[in-house]
Formats: sequence, structure tokens, C-alpha cells
Amino acid sequence: MALLEVRGLRKSFGNIEVLQGIDFSMERGEVIAVIGSSGSGKTTLLRCLNSLEIPTEGNITVGGETVFDGDVPKRSEKELRDRRLKFGLVFQSFNLFPQYSVIENITLAMKLRAKEQNYYGMTKHESFEKINARAEELLARVGLTDKRDAYPGTLSGGQQQRVAIARALALDPEILCFDEPTSALDPELTGEVLRVIKSLKDKDSTMIVVTHEMDFARHVADRIIYMADGVIEEEGSPEDVFGAPKSDKLKAFLAKAEETI
Amino acid sequence: MNASVVYKSMLEAFGLNCEIFIFTLLFALPLGLIICFGSTSSFKPLRAAVRTFVWIIRGTPLMLQIIIIFYGPGLFWGGRLLPRIPAAILAFVINYACYFSEIYRGGIESIPVGQYEAGQVLGMTRSQIFFKVILKQVIKRITAPMGNEFMTLIKDTALANIIANLEIIMQAKQYAAKGLTWPLFATAIFFLAFCGILTLLFGWLEKKLNYYRG
Ligand SMILES: Nc1ncnc2c1ncn2[C@@H]1O[C@H](COP(=O)(O)OP(=O)(O)OP(=O)(O)O)[C@@H](O)[C@H]1O
Ligand SMILES: [Mg+2]
Repeated sequence: MALLEVRGLRKSFGNIEVLQGIDFSMERGEVIAVIGSSGSGKTTLLRCLNSLEIPTEGNITVGGETVFDGDVPKRSEKELRDRRLKFGLVFQSFNLFPQYSVIENITLAMKLRAKEQNYYGMTKHESFEKINARAEELLARVGLTDKRDAYPGTLSGGQQQRVAIARALALDPEILCFDEPTSALDPELTGEVLRVIKSLKDKDSTMIVVTHEMDFARHVADRIIYMADGVIEEEGSPEDVFGAPKSDKLKAFLAKAEETI
Repeated sequence: MNASVVYKSMLEAFGLNCEIFIFTLLFALPLGLIICFGSTSSFKPLRAAVRTFVWIIRGTPLMLQIIIIFYGPGLFWGGRLLPRIPAAILAFVINYACYFSEIYRGGIESIPVGQYEAGQVLGMTRSQIFFKVILKQVIKRITAPMGNEFMTLIKDTALANIIANLEIIMQAKQYAAKGLTWPLFATAIFFLAFCGILTLLFGWLEKKLNYYRG
């Protein structure tokens, strides 16, 4: 069974329908790259998955469990929160918490959650030790152990984004989404972030990456989704999408992407 | 008259200025936050009502508000509602809470929406996001304007004498009426010293909050 199923997803802002019926599914461990021109609805799709926007219509299930059902769109805050935890989101602009150190950024949500769950039957100290150890491990994974106690404002964009990735991983989301994770970075810093994302693939993370980095999409993604005007215009393996695009829109999009590189 | 006796009585009178200052902050700081939630509420009638109230309070003289709170109840249903000092404090609390609410609002609205969204995708509750993520950043951003308000407040406390509260200016005027004018000028020393301490305090606080950028 597919890990994620999205059926007939629609989202309107006022009169404008930004998502006009999105259908796709993905398996555990799969990496999907979403490409498409500006305004095609890529960000909106990720925001709907993460319940930052409430879709107008459609269905989302994760591991067979309904995360969103257009027929019962109103949800309690608690349900929304539980559902959000199935997804993680890495923002284009990092959105780290400036008043917390790197390690605190990673542990904050875990600690708040532990407290709510009565420290999972452990003492507060034991539970926080565990959380700290996990945060250290994540920090090592993104290669920033030495920046443990630094504040985000003192880090480069690339480093901030790597912290943001560690923070998103902390709560162990089933599916990690990235919204143009390197768009706000200087070109020489994109590599370090893309390498981290690639390393997550080797750890069997399930990821949806919205990106304008065509090389990255081609070499890292298992599947490409090309969005245009609020629908999935074309999808397939990187070889098919980049090597033998079918729709005219995709051909034009790729030609243009080629030009800018 | 002996200068030290005069200074001592002025210091006593300044105690009332300090009392009004402290009680005003004690109540107006939290009340301002509540008013701020009202004026930013997504429930339109509440928001409109709160904003109208804030407009009225900020749009009329504090002196008038003190008079209305003290004499108003007597005019409308006979009898005093509050003694002089609590009436003055109540007026100050309401007035300053409205100013504080606007400062809070400016501070809260200056925090990028991405901070809330980052908290949301990490599964935090609304109150966790507010208290753990937003509030501290707001405090940093509003320390400077708050410092200004605190200074204005200590000087405004002199207005309490409009309903015959014996604060420092009133005390000095009583000396002046007896032909001793220098105490009136000497009141400045008290205010200057008080504001000097406030300046140091806020300087320290700003420095302490400056451990991070943003
Ligand atoms: N909150 C909103 N209110 C109104 N319109 C919105 C809102 N969010 C997005 N839109 C509109 O929806 C459309 C799709 O936006 P979206 O951000 O999903 O595109 P995108 O594919 O991510 O584009 P980009 O590559 O520029 O990031 C745009 O026309 C945008 O103006
Ligand atoms: Mg976008």
C-alpha cells in the first residue's frame, strides 16, 4: 500500500483555484521532486499536505489513515496538530527561531511534546537526556556539531537550512517536504544543503522536494512531478520526464530551464 | 524652614508617585496584552469594540480620565465609587494599558508569519507558539518603546494631583503657596534620578536581550 495518497485535491483562494485536482501517491522511501513554473501551485500543495492551508476539496491519507477529508474539512486543533506531525516541512526561508541556539531549535518541539506526554513514563531528566542525544545525532548528520550552541543569526544561509532540516527531522515525520530549500541561498551554498538532502535519501527517508535545481531533481529523485496551472501536467521517472517529455508545456519549461543554466 | 525637612516631605510625597507608577505597571502590562488580543481578534465585533475603546482612551487627556473616574460615579448615581488614590491608579491603568496594547500589537505584528508556521509544522499548540516562540522576540522588539512609556508614566503620575492626591508637585506647590518656591524646582531632581535609573535598567535589559540577532 502506498504511504501517501492524494486524491482530487483542490484549493481556492477567493475565486482563484490554485490547485485544480491533484492526484498522486508515493511509497515509503520514495523521493519525489516537484518542478514547475512560478505560480503553478507547488508551494500551495506542500502547505496543504502540512495543514498550513486547508484544502477546499479532496482526500489525503498517510499509511491508510485519513489526514484530510474534504467532506469533513473542519478539524479540532488537536487533530490538526497530530496530522501535521506526519509531515515535516523545510521552508525556503529557513524560519529558525532566532532566540534559541541551534541545539535548542532542534529540541524545542520535542521537549514540549515530551512534557505533554508526561515524559513518556520517564523522569523529566531521562527524557530530556534522550532528546538531547537525538538532537546531537541529527546535528552530526547535517554536519554542524561544532555549531551546537551558536545562534541562527550568526550562521550562513546554508548552515541555517541544515539546522532547519535537522529540526524538521527531530519529530520523525513520515514524509519530509522541502519548499525550494536552496532558493534563498548563494549559489556556492546550495551544494552543502543538497548533499544533506541526498544523504537522507540514503537513509530511506520519504521526501517531496519542490525545486528549481534540475540537476538535483534528475539525479536524486525517484520520480518527477511536473506541475502547471494547478494540475500535475506530467509525471514519471527522471529519465522519462527530462529525456522524453510529452506535453508541450513541459518541453517549453525544460527548454527555458536549460537557458537559465 | 529647614531644607532637610522639606526634602523629607517631598520624598514622602514622591513615594505616592512611585506607588502609582508601580501599581500602574503591575496591572497595565498584563491588561495591555489582553487588550492587544482583543484588538487583533479575528472576531470582528470584538475587535471593533476594543479598537474603539483604545481610540477613546488614547484620544482623550489622561487628566480628564482621572476626573471622570473619580467624580463620574458621583454625578451619575450619587456617592463616590473609589477613594482618591485608587481612582487615580485605575485611570492610569486603563490609560497605559491601551498604550501598551498598541506597543504589543506593533511588536507582535512585526514577527514574520514564518515563525508561527515553523511552530505549527512542528506540532506546537497555539499557546506554545505564542509563549515559546513569539513572545520573547516581541519583548526584545518592544523594550525601547516600553522604556519611553515607563519614563512618560513616572512624569504623568503628577497628574494625580488633579483629584487632590498629595504627590510631589502638589507638595511643592503647597510650599510655594507659603512663599517657599525652590522646592517646586527641586522636584525635577526626583524625576531626573528616577528616569536615570530607568535608563540604566533598560540599557541593561537591551544588552541582555542582545545575545541574539533578529
Ligand atoms: N494566501 C494566498 N492568497 C491568495 N493567493 C495565493 C495565496 N497563496 C498563493 N496564492 C496564489 O496561488 C498561486 C500559486 O502559488 P504557489 O505559491 O503555490 O506557487 P508556486 O508554484 O510555489 O510558485 P513559486 O515557484 O513562485 O514558488 C499564485 O498565483 C499565488 O499568487
Ligand atoms: Mg513556491
